[in-house]
Amino acid sequence: MHWAPPVSFPCPSERKENALLLSLKSLTKTYRTGDKALVSVSLDIPKGQVVALIGPSGAGKSTLIRCINRLVEPTEGQVLLDSVDITELSSSGLRRERRRMGMIFQEYALVERLTVMENVLSGRLGYVGFWRSFLRKYPQSDVDEAFRLLDRVGLLAMADKRADELSGGQRQRVGICRALIQNPSLLLVDEPTASLDPKTSRQIMRLICELCEERGLAAIINIHDVALAQMFVQRVIGLQSGSVRFDGPPTALTPDVLTEIYGEEDWQATIRKDDEEDAEAAVA
Amino acid sequence: MPVEQIADGRKVWQKRNRREQLTHWASWFAGVAVFVYCWQQISESTTWFFVWDAPRIAGDILTRATPPKWFYINELWEPIWDTLNIATLGTLLALCLAVPTAFLAARNTTPSTMIIRPIALLIIVSTRSINSLIWALLLIAIIGPGVFAGVLAIAIRSIGFCAKLLYEAIEEIDQKQVEAITATGASRWQVMAYGIVPQIMPAFAGVAVFRWDINIRESTVLGLVGAGGIGLQLSASLNVLAWPQVSLILIVILLAVILSEWVSAKVRGAII
Ligand SMILES: Nc1ncnc2c1ncn2[C@@H]1O[C@H](COP(=O)(O)OP(=O)(O)O)[C@@H](O)[C@H]1O
Ligand SMILES: [Mg+2]
Repeated sequence: MHWAPPVSFPCPSERKENALLLSLKSLTKTYRTGDKALVSVSLDIPKGQVVALIGPSGAGKSTLIRCINRLVEPTEGQVLLDSVDITELSSSGLRRERRRMGMIFQEYALVERLTVMENVLSGRLGYVGFWRSFLRKYPQSDVDEAFRLLDRVGLLAMADKRADELSGGQRQRVGICRALIQNPSLLLVDEPTASLDPKTSRQIMRLICELCEERGLAAIINIHDVALAQMFVQRVIGLQSGSVRFDGPPTALTPDVLTEIYGEEDWQATIRKDDEEDAEAAVA
Repeated sequence: MPVEQIADGRKVWQKRNRREQLTHWASWFAGVAVFVYCWQQISESTTWFFVWDAPRIAGDILTRATPPKWFYINELWEPIWDTLNIATLGTLLALCLAVPTAFLAARNTTPSTMIIRPIALLIIVSTRSINSLIWALLLIAIIGPGVFAGVLAIAIRSIGFCAKLLYEAIEEIDQKQVEAITATGASRWQVMAYGIVPQIMPAFAGVAVFRWDINIRESTVLGLVGAGGIGLQLSASLNVLAWPQVSLILIVILLAVILSEWVSAKVRGAII
């Protein structure tokens, strides 16, 4: 299937950067339990493109993004990030490449007993030595950047709070800062809104897409909510039973396509209409 | 089967069916028989005269032991200080050794489940299963009597206890936080310092004060075998039947235990 550039979307990339960033070649993952989570997935993602990965639960979405930074070891296939094969790297090479891939988690995965600032700065761990990080002696430039990011997501006043004192939306913002302070070229985002209420979900999605836009980041966003995905991304990939069933712009998501990905249902209500979109844009 | 159908179609329910009922009664009968037999055995090997006489002797000792010899306290300050030091230093030493042991024993941090983990578990089991008095006897034979033997005995005895509780805490951490730190490109040690250590800090502090509390009690008796501390004075006083001194020492031990109990309760309260 071919991906055609979208005509106009709320969160579009104006840049015409078509240089390849990430390329998956016949990526396959079979868990030790015998579950075939990914079956020969091949994908190309250019620089700066935000992609939504949709699919029913168990489709292999989490496995796919975890294979990219090798939190899960792929069974077969290649992951090429700027033509570096991640799957071939030694552990130190892998750590170096992981710095270029920021990850954002469904349940935030902040270190609960550390402060917001420590959590944000932990995104720099790949760049500083053990003792500096242990003694919390981060370079001033890192601290400056942490403050800038916290300010950007509206949490400057929270810097000294412990992570477990924050609300869900605030925690996810900290998670976003931690990923961005790595100065990545790619964001791997696993269901960023699944634990949030609908309004906060939209705010978080908007924030992620805006930040990608500002920094020219590519992102793969796993997401359950089809309507939310359509609202913000330039490209949608539908995964089912470990293989790609759809790859195209959000407008091409027809009821037939959703049936193919999720199974038989009445999909009419789920799909966004253009006038609705305009009304929302006006409100926002 | 508890539910039975009887002729007219109604169902009856009983907790046990006939066979279960019989075994139930038989096991009670066997239990009583064993108890009676054991009682007879104990009775034969007991000099009952001493037992019947016990209340009188106890009363006698009590009158001799009161009032406690209060000014003897001046000779106790140093042993009390030794006892506290044995408990505290022993606990600190034990914690230093227990932390690496716990990381080697926890399934999610051990470098090898085939070789290193069993060794760590063996250390935990063996140090835990031998009483500190026995460790003290062994150590006195090796390094001679004194406070140092006491500290080592307390430390060795505590390693297994602390390491076991710590490794269980390590195995129960939230793996997502560890993954998140790993995903930033952090090194192994950084993952440990950021992903694991903050999560086990409350358990660590809890274990430390809990064990310290236990060790205060254990170190009061170490002197009985010559490993320093207030137990030494206790055994000396017992040997010369100086009951007023014994009663003062017991009071002092009671106060020390209450104090440690209070401190550890405060500390644990502050952590949680
Ligand atoms: N750690 C694991 N061990 C074994 N099987 C797993 C593991 N993680 C996921 N799976 C299996 O792989 C498949 C895909 O899971 P996942 O990637 O989590 O899907 P999704 O994120 O789309 O819900 C599922 O069938 C799941 O049961
Ligand atoms: Mg998932």
